[in-house]
Amino acid sequence: MRTLARQGENAVNTLLCVDIGSTYTKLTAFDLAKEEVIGTARAVSTVGTDVEEGYKQALNMMRAVTVLAGEFDEILACSSAAGGLKMVAIGLVPELTAQAAKQAALGAGARVLETFGFELDRYDIESILEMRPDIILLAGGTDGGNKEALIHNAGMIANYLQHIPVVVAGNKKAREEVEKVFRSKGVYYRISENVMPELNRLNVEPARESIRQLFIERIVHAKGMSGFEHAIGRVAMPTPAAVLNAVRCLAEGTEREGGLGALVALDVGGATTDVYSIGGNEVMGAGAILRGLPEPYAKRTVEGDLGMRVSAHALWAAAGNKMIREYYPGTISDYDIEERCRYLSCHTAALPADKMEKDFDEALGCAAIRLAMDRHAGSIEERYTPAGLVYIQHGKDLRRVQYLLGSGGVIVNADNPTKLLKAALAREDEDRVLKPVRPRFLIDGAYILPAIGLMAGRFPDKAVRILKKYLIECCGES
Amino acid sequence: MNKTIVLGVIGADCHAVGNKILEMALSAAGFKVFNIGVMSSQEEFINAAIETSAGAILVSSLYGHGELDCRGFRQKCTEAGLERILLYVGGNLVVGKQDWASVEHKFKDMGFDRVYPPGTNPATAIKDLEEDLQKLEDAGKAGRECSEHVALR
Repeated sequence: MRTLARQGENAVNTLLCVDIGSTYTKLTAFDLAKEEVIGTARAVSTVGTDVEEGYKQALNMMRAVTVLAGEFDEILACSSAAGGLKMVAIGLVPELTAQAAKQAALGAGARVLETFGFELDRYDIESILEMRPDIILLAGGTDGGNKEALIHNAGMIANYLQHIPVVVAGNKKAREEVEKVFRSKGVYYRISENVMPELNRLNVEPARESIRQLFIERIVHAKGMSGFEHAIGRVAMPTPAAVLNAVRCLAEGTEREGGLGALVALDVGGATTDVYSIGGNEVMGAGAILRGLPEPYAKRTVEGDLGMRVSAHALWAAAGNKMIREYYPGTISDYDIEERCRYLSCHTAALPADKMEKDFDEALGCAAIRLAMDRHAGSIEERYTPAGLVYIQHGKDLRRVQYLLGSGGVIVNADNPTKLLKAALAREDEDRVLKPVRPRFLIDGAYILPAIGLMAGRFPDKAVRILKKYLIECCGES
Repeated sequence: MNKTIVLGVIGADCHAVGNKILEMALSAAGFKVFNIGVMSSQEEFINAAIETSAGAILVSSLYGHGELDCRGFRQKCTEAGLERILLYVGGNLVVGKQDWASVEHKFKDMGFDRVYPPGTNPATAIKDLEEDLQKLEDAGKAGRECSEHVALR
């Protein structure tokens, strides 16, 4: 059996990974026998008219740089085109099942437009119609708990939003009723396990997988990409889900290939800053009590107001002049900071033209990284009780993670990436946020995380080895 | 009968042992117990009860600040749509040697259906709980829409 599997792996020598983004379609070609990247190429995506055009252009560029005779043995693809996978998450109590549903959707690589709690009313329905989500994740109630809200919300969806595919991940005792309602109105749905089967126990993986299935079945087609699936095979998942996969396989390793252990990855983009963390779920120590909803072992957060271009002005609003100036090596006026951010948010293709502009980009990057990490990491609170001092922990304790991995142009192209990554670390003046303290720094210089995430499903050992080979460890002082 | 209940220790109170004993006793008596543990706020009890459709909330307080921690609990339940839920409280509810009858009166006045002094056998509370939940169900069957916790008191 093992030899058969090995043969199967060896039959694929060349693998092409396609990442269809909103702006660029990126290709990465691997020689799996040598475990090497043999070429990368990117071309402007032309979503809306013809995605295949961008792909073909990139493929021609790829052929020009690689000495590859014939076709690729296998092609895998992920996509964040046309705004990525847009979802709304619905639960019952905002801090409980609604939050669990949001976590599940984020981990599935979605952009969560909004999270709804309690029973949907006309106003909620109207705002969902306006937001035009690709998929609705419907949760609510623990198993055997509240059924009314889930059934009510299923009814509202069936009556007013029947054109939107739904993943149902709520109280399993309400499933039968929900199915009946959906069937009667022809809603396209998938039933999954409850995102919170018991109080404060998170179970997000099955819902994530169901979202991925729906994405393949319905969304790829709706985004105008099915036309060229004959060329690239199926689009397997949204790009952020592929990145989460890659980070996870790097942390865990496989049976034959060691992993790096708990780690945090940062991806600073033009519109958002994504933070991924694997592990860090342990309570920090004796005398500490974990409160609030536990967080997923593989957690992703997306900060829609922290980005280098489209969201530059929002980033300025969130960070403030003081923080941006702290990271800028020269002197700069408040007026110039705001004007530059405003300019960048309107000129999303702008590249830094000189040293000053590059320094400014890096200062923005630092601010985005610092704020995104603050929001992702857990926190600690001191409470004096009659029994003495007690520590209350919320969220993940990431202080002991061994590695911090940076991705995205501003980090990768920086003269000193360490300076940017250091913005994510715990600072001396803040001991309440559980951020990494002394990790080693890695850079995804070849931008292969999405490709590795795709590969991991088929060739896990090779994926871990190739990723380890191509990540650059940087230890430069800032 | 709805045998789902939420159990926890309220306020800045981290006494965990009695909480575990109650969880074991109630589970053994056939209740579906959602134990939210120590140092729980009123909101956490209420959120848990909404999500699990619990029939009762059982609040423990061992450190003497029970009165402060429990104020407004019933009103918040009503606000959250849990008008019919049973509220029980027990433990070292007040500091010092106060007259039990007045303590009990104080907590019933706050809207708690049952109030237990230190040293109560779990079996006593379990028996009461079964009776009260049965009454609630009968009242529901009879189709009375009045708020049962008032009737029970």
